[in-house]
Amino acid sequence: MRYAMAVDTKKCVGCSDCVVACQTENDVPIGFCRDWIVETNDGTYPQLVTEIRSERCNHCENAPCVRCCPTGASHITDGGIVLVNKRKCIGCGACIASCPYDARYPHPDGFVDKCTFCEHRLKEGMKPACVSVCPTRCLYFGDLDDVNSDVSRVLARRKHKSLIPEAGTNPQLYFLI
Amino acid sequence: MATRRQFIRISAMGAGAVAAGLGGYKLFASGVNGGENAAKAVMASRTPTYCEICFWKCAGWVHTDETGRIKKITGNDEDQHSSGRLCPRGTGGVGMYYDEARLTRPLIRTEERGAQSFREATWEEALDYIAEKTKAVAEKYGAGSLALFNHGSGGKYFTDLFKALGSDSIAAPSFAQCRGPRDTAFIATFGEQPGSPENTDIRDTRCLVLIGSHIGENMHNGQVQEMSDAIDNGATIITVDPRFSTAAGKSKYWLPVKPATDIALLLAWIHEIVYNNYYDRQYVEKYCYGLEELKSHVAGFTPEWAYGITTINPNLIRETAREMANASPSVIIHPGRHVTWYGDDTQRLRAVAILNALLGSWGRRGGFFSLEGKDLPSYPHPEFPKVTKSWRDWNPGKYNLADSPVSNVLVDASIPEPGRDAMIKAWFVYGTNLPLTIPDTEHTIKAIQNLDFIVAIDTMPMEITGWADVVLPECTYLERYDVLRASPHRKPAIALRMPAREPLGESKPAYWMARELALRLGKQDYFHFEKLEEMLDWQLLKVGSSLEEMKKIGVKTWERETGSPYFADGEDIEFNTNTGKIELYSTSLENEGFDPMPSYTPHPEPPEGYYRLIYGRAPMHTFSRTSNNANLFDLMDENTLWVNPRVAKEWGLSNGQPVYLKNQDDILSDFPIKVRVTERIRWDSVYMVHGFGHRDKKLTRAYGRGASDTQMITNVIVDPVMGGTGMRGNFVTFITDIKDKEAAS
Repeated sequence: MRYAMAVDTKKCVGCSDCVVACQTENDVPIGFCRDWIVETNDGTYPQLVTEIRSERCNHCENAPCVRCCPTGASHITDGGIVLVNKRKCIGCGACIASCPYDARYPHPDGFVDKCTFCEHRLKEGMKPACVSVCPTRCLYFGDLDDVNSDVSRVLARRKHKSLIPEAGTNPQLYFLI
Repeated sequence: MATRRQFIRISAMGAGAVAAGLGGYKLFASGVNGGENAAKAVMASRTPTYCEICFWKCAGWVHTDETGRIKKITGNDEDQHSSGRLCPRGTGGVGMYYDEARLTRPLIRTEERGAQSFREATWEEALDYIAEKTKAVAEKYGAGSLALFNHGSGGKYFTDLFKALGSDSIAAPSFAQCRGPRDTAFIATFGEQPGSPENTDIRDTRCLVLIGSHIGENMHNGQVQEMSDAIDNGATIITVDPRFSTAAGKSKYWLPVKPATDIALLLAWIHEIVYNNYYDRQYVEKYCYGLEELKSHVAGFTPEWAYGITTINPNLIRETAREMANASPSVIIHPGRHVTWYGDDTQRLRAVAILNALLGSWGRRGGFFSLEGKDLPSYPHPEFPKVTKSWRDWNPGKYNLADSPVSNVLVDASIPEPGRDAMIKAWFVYGTNLPLTIPDTEHTIKAIQNLDFIVAIDTMPMEITGWADVVLPECTYLERYDVLRASPHRKPAIALRMPAREPLGESKPAYWMARELALRLGKQDYFHFEKLEEMLDWQLLKVGSSLEEMKKIGVKTWERETGSPYFADGEDIEFNTNTGKIELYSTSLENEGFDPMPSYTPHPEPPEGYYRLIYGRAPMHTFSRTSNNANLFDLMDENTLWVNPRVAKEWGLSNGQPVYLKNQDDILSDFPIKVRVTERIRWDSVYMVHGFGHRDKKLTRAYGRGASDTQMITNVIVDPVMGGTGMRGNFVTFITDIKDKEAAS
């Protein structure tokens, strides 16, 4: 099983519902976030292109945050989800520095926190909170080993990219373009 | 990057420029145990609600944990407004309950208005005081001198109270500051208005045309969702906007129209569609009135004519007209929502309605469907007394086509004029922050200063509560019952709102307040039920449900009784207009002395060194009312001023630089606003999101954040047809130095 997410940049309007839904679902303290919106603009008026992306941990197959963690708190679990065991985490921040995607933040309670693909919801047969809430349905989630999963199907038919592929992390967050 | 507070990261360059910095985090070297993962906490219960953070009123569930804490709010899958997905504001509704700035005690003013000096009072004292003052004004000046401004569900109870007292001076700013021109234009054309939520069949459309409507930034949930469906389905989106809006970024065609010239573009489209026989001939012949008049009216309005006015390439006008025609009748020229721009707004929306009529989209799949709502019996009460002095009497003969009272007429009528006393003497203001809602803040305050008495009912301290004599604290929608939501949609449906928690502090639901006042004013017969839930149960039993059932399901949907939401082929239809037809040529406008068909009139342009002020919405906020909500403040804590790079260069402005604004009437912004240098705005205009620049210090987070567009809008161009307040004829310049600001003031 290989969990992955695809974000349709053609549909995302950057409303940030994914951000606030994640915050309430996962008790992310106000002022921090596990997912966020990036907007890029190109061109000059009136020849313009805007791309809007909902971003989060890329759940890399080759995760630098896991490799650099001195305590083994950062680890990869079933389905390829990169997690932090907060009881083992000493909050040293090495993982934060190593992440090319800026996906982690220091939780005020002293550990490092990040997107879990809402592992607790997956176990209940639900989708991550961001996917469930997105008004534009621009987030596709599922198992890449299952050709019929939402994410496999959309990646099969749509052009896509990943971010900073040159970092060699093999990210599992895809952007439909 | 210094902080992760910035959830929206804006990059001026290509996709590579993301999140480069890693330093600056405050790292924690110790503290191993983060406590229980609250995400795993068992959900103790969920209660149904419909959202009150905006007018879309999506139905959802409020989830509380074992301790009773409101944990999260999610959508109700059965709900047509939300399809089970709330927008960021609805999801962030949690922050409304937990806002520490909330009003929790009745307040009575101790000093002059605006000084923010209040003492806490008991409900008994506050209600007695209001009743006494209300009675005094009604006896001295007549019930018509009592005005109610309201927005939101609880407005219904105060409306009933006012009707019981014999006043019809009951206005919602959502008419004259927002939708009014559109409703008036569509009623004049089709005999009915688009409704709320609108009857736009976006999910099945093949072509969606947005005229300054920025779906996706305005978070009208169902429409945002359906626009996304339309993108999936390969529909063509055409966006007309001087700003490269989010929707423009999703569009096949973006027409960067010169501001204030939209009517010229619409007339050129009508010209193209009529003279190339692109219109739906069968539909127009059967249903429409006035094609020949329209044809001769638009004869000269060629794309080349429009080019000189709008700056839109004539070939692009032709091409987009063909796109619309190819999609006909599955095409929507969107009616928009906030459409009070230039004072000729009803006429612009008439042009929109005419285009839709020509393309046969009204009543057709992928165009506009027919709404059907559930008829709910209203609770029994005596006839309301006859209104002896109506709001219409303040301006005899004016705004006869307005189907709702005009809020700014009530404001104007509160100010004495030479030779006549003010006609309105007391205001009740429910759930609407008038100083940031009705344009020209100083004018609104002048009206307030002339009142004998003003009451504000709100959940939060707002500018308006600072001006009130008595402030009544309402509990949030998460803590109260309200009337059933029964807005018409594709299928008739109802939704229940019930409390998820007890009201915080001494805050109370609006129904209780209105009824308590009714008891004191001898109008108790109009409030038969002591508790609203008794009325709801009575009502629900009459339509084959019950309060018990609704508490479990939240939303109940019925099949339509009126058949298909679309016209059948060749169906005979009588429209609710004078001619019984869709009026391309409007007899009702003609009867009132207005142009029966729309024309373009030039509007003033910004003077040298000034820029047209355009404003809009952000998806995380509703008007000025959500800016202190911790969850939503976290997503967006201030507005920025969009400035074209050419203009920024000329003025030496850089990204993030705070500037004060001064408008054409020398009004200075209270607070600075940060510049956002972006190609997404024209060089003759600047843009900001509405609702920021709060003056009320009690708004712990929002005070002084960003600037208020409403304060800058002092040139109000009133629509002669329906009284709407055109707000886009204002021009601002930059004050870059605080010393200059002081000198200028």
